[in-house]
Order: sequence, then structure tokens, then C-alpha cells
Amino acid sequence: MSYVSRGFRGRRREEGPSDRIPPGQYLVDDFPVLSAGPTPRTPLDQWDFSITGAVAEPKRWTWDEFRALPSETITKDIHCVTKWSKLGTEWEGVSVDTLFEDVETSAEYVTQFSDGGYTTNVPLEDILDGKAWVAFGYGGEPLDPEHGGPARMLVPHLYFWKSAKWVRGLRLMDDDEPGFWETLGYHNYGDPWREQRYWGD
Amino acid sequence: MARAAILGRLAPVRWQLGDVVELVEETPRVKTIALDLPDWLGHRAGQHVDVRLTAEDGYQAQRSYSIASAPENDRLAITVERLDDGEVSPYLAEELVVGDKLELRGPIGGYFAWDADDGGPLLLVGGGSGVVPLMSMLRHRAARRSQVSARLLYSARSLDDVIYRQELERLATDNLEVLYTLTRAQPPGWTGYARRVDKDMLEEVAFGGDHGIAFVCGPTRFVEAVADGLLAVGYAPERVKTERFGPTGG
Repeated sequence: MSYVSRGFRGRRREEGPSDRIPPGQYLVDDFPVLSAGPTPRTPLDQWDFSITGAVAEPKRWTWDEFRALPSETITKDIHCVTKWSKLGTEWEGVSVDTLFEDVETSAEYVTQFSDGGYTTNVPLEDILDGKAWVAFGYGGEPLDPEHGGPARMLVPHLYFWKSAKWVRGLRLMDDDEPGFWETLGYHNYGDPWREQRYWGD
Repeated sequence: MARAAILGRLAPVRWQLGDVVELVEETPRVKTIALDLPDWLGHRAGQHVDVRLTAEDGYQAQRSYSIASAPENDRLAITVERLDDGEVSPYLAEELVVGDKLELRGPIGGYFAWDADDGGPLLLVGGGSGVVPLMSMLRHRAARRSQVSARLLYSARSLDDVIYRQELERLATDNLEVLYTLTRAQPPGWTGYARRVDKDMLEEVAFGGDHGIAFVCGPTRFVEAVADGLLAVGYAPERVKTERFGPTGG
């Protein structure tokens, strides 16, 4: 049992469906921004998305090729390690399964890499089988640069730092390699339902 | 210090109880809470902590707050702005009294952090209570008697909203320039900046040469504008470190 904070009752103002709000999180209606540096702005004619690393044949899509892939509308709850959760966010994106259709690999891990140098690592199985997308639209509009546009990862079952903004590709890895925040003390896996925020959680 | 910081990072980030030993009203909306933390392993200037409040029925709420004190200080201090629709900040700013305990864990975040050994020149740009982690850096700089050239550009609504004003006056030296921009109200005879931070202002305030390193903290809109402005002035993206907070910071 934690120390009881004398006189604290809590506002519980936004208690939504409790089976959708992980421990330690609170609901927001707006969409807070969190990033460690300036917002990169890569022109679409210089943008590409690649699958590299431990793969028989690397893949690369230009923006036009990427946008020609089948895409879908995804409605998901998202959870940021800074404690906010947002329910029912609506995205437009390409399933990672679509990108992996012709990819042969024995790798078990993936590093997402982004403009601006950001990286984050996930087990490969966590982005396959309908669990992850490369999103280019939000709320019916093109994805805003400060939220990761032109395209960002969407891995909604993990804390949102595991969904890289400004993503430019996936590097397949035989061995797990901690990414940017994972190296700086954040949890290597980041399951919000087990409240895996930091090392040791 | 460095060793403590490394130990702090390798160890699990455990919840611990601190004793509230002093409360300082910085402005009508902003309070500093100083804590004795027996198990604290040290921090780097710029890092934050998670604070957790627990109600009698077990309900909990957590929020993050920047550390205001220097790593060299005996006590850990956080500075909290009361948000009217917040859940945690009104409790911290109004209910908490000296003698209470407060549960927290940290330090958290190792990127938005500056050590005197990192060098400079050091440009700090803060909006509102975004000055808090920058103050930790300036206190650390002073405690280490660092000669690194530093400038603080601090955007506040009015002079009365400026946090740490007297201490900033004391800290200012030949090597540390403190500049204010007052965006809503200025006292009679004010000769400083009186507008939102823009590219022209950053051009005047930024260091020349290779510019050194910049830390920007404040509300999202503020940080976006300042970070874009610093790139326009010639700062390299990897030398501009940002920390944003939204109105939902609680």
C-alpha cells in the first residue's frame, strides 16, 4: 500500500471505461506533443521508407509508392508514458503486414528509425499480425509534422514512445538493441498495462 | 556527481517518500516544494521526477515535474504551477504543508540535461514555468563555478509572473545574461522585450560562432516556435534540446 496523501481525494474527472485506461494514466481530450528536439520537415520528394538490416532483400518505397499501397482506417486508444491516454484516436495508415509481404528474415527484433535521429526498438512479433501501422493521416487530415508527419509508426499496444514519429524505416536485428529513450532509462518493452515505464518496472 | 548520476540511471527507478521541509511561494500561481529524500541517488540538471498522490480509498494520480534544484543542493526542489483544472497541481500548490510527506520517483529523462563539463555556450529559452529545469542548470552552473557563457531568455506574461526573479538577478554576471520578454503586461518604463519570442529576437540573443547548445522548455506552441526559430538562426538540430508540456500537465 502506498503512502496516503493527507487530504487528497482526486478529481477522477475523466474516469472513462476503466478497462481502457492503464494504471497510472489519465484521460485527455487534446493531443499533447512530446519530442526531444526540433520538428524535422522532410520534403515528400526526398522522403522514402525502407526495410533494412537482417533481411534477404532490403525494401524501399518512395512517398508515391508508399501511398499507393493499400491503407486502412484504424481506431485505437493510445497511452503516453508521461501519463496521458487518449481513447478512440482515428488514423489512416499502411499495415506493417503489407510492408512485410515479400520480406524474408529470421530477425526477431526491429529498430524503428526516424528523421532527426530518433530510434526505438520492439520485438518483430509486436508489429506484425495487425498490431502496427505506418500512419500518414490523423482525424481525417494529413498527419501534422508535430505529431510525426508525414508518417509515423502506430504501435498502440505499447507506450507511445514506441511509435516513432517521422519514421523513415525499420531495421531488422538479430539481437535486441535499446533505442533512444530505452538507453536513457525508459523500459525496454513498454507495456502500459504492466506499467513498464522505466528500467526495473 | 557523475557517479551518482550513473548509479541513478542503472538502478530501478523506485518510489520513495520525501519530507516536505519548505514551501516557497514564487508567484501567486507557482510554488516551490523542497524535500528531504534519504534515498536520493542524485540527478542531472534538467531531469524530472514523477509524483504520485494516493487517496484513502487507494485511488492514485501521477504527474511529472521538473527538478528545480541543482544536483549539488542538499534538498531536492520541484516548482509547480497550479493549473485550475488540474488534479495534482492544486493539491501540491494549496493542500501540501511542511511536515507532510510526498511520494515520488526519479530522476527521469537523461536527454534534456546539462552538466558543466558539457561546456557551451549555453542558450536557455524558457516559457512560463518552462524555466524550472533551466533554473536547475543555472544553479548547477553557479554551484560548479562554471565559466561557461550562458544566456537565459525567459518569456513570461508579466513581471509578476516571473519565477525566481531575485535569484536570477543575483546569478546574473558578465558570463550569464538574463533577458526577459513580457508578453502581456509591462511595467512603466520597461525597456526589455515585450512580444512573443520570434526569429529576430533569437537572432539578437543567440550566441555567434558555432552557437553551442540550446535548451528550450515551455508549452508546445512556444517550444515549436523557438526550436524552428533556432534552426532558422543556424543552430544544428541535434544541438537544440526541447522539453514540451501541454495544458493537460495536471
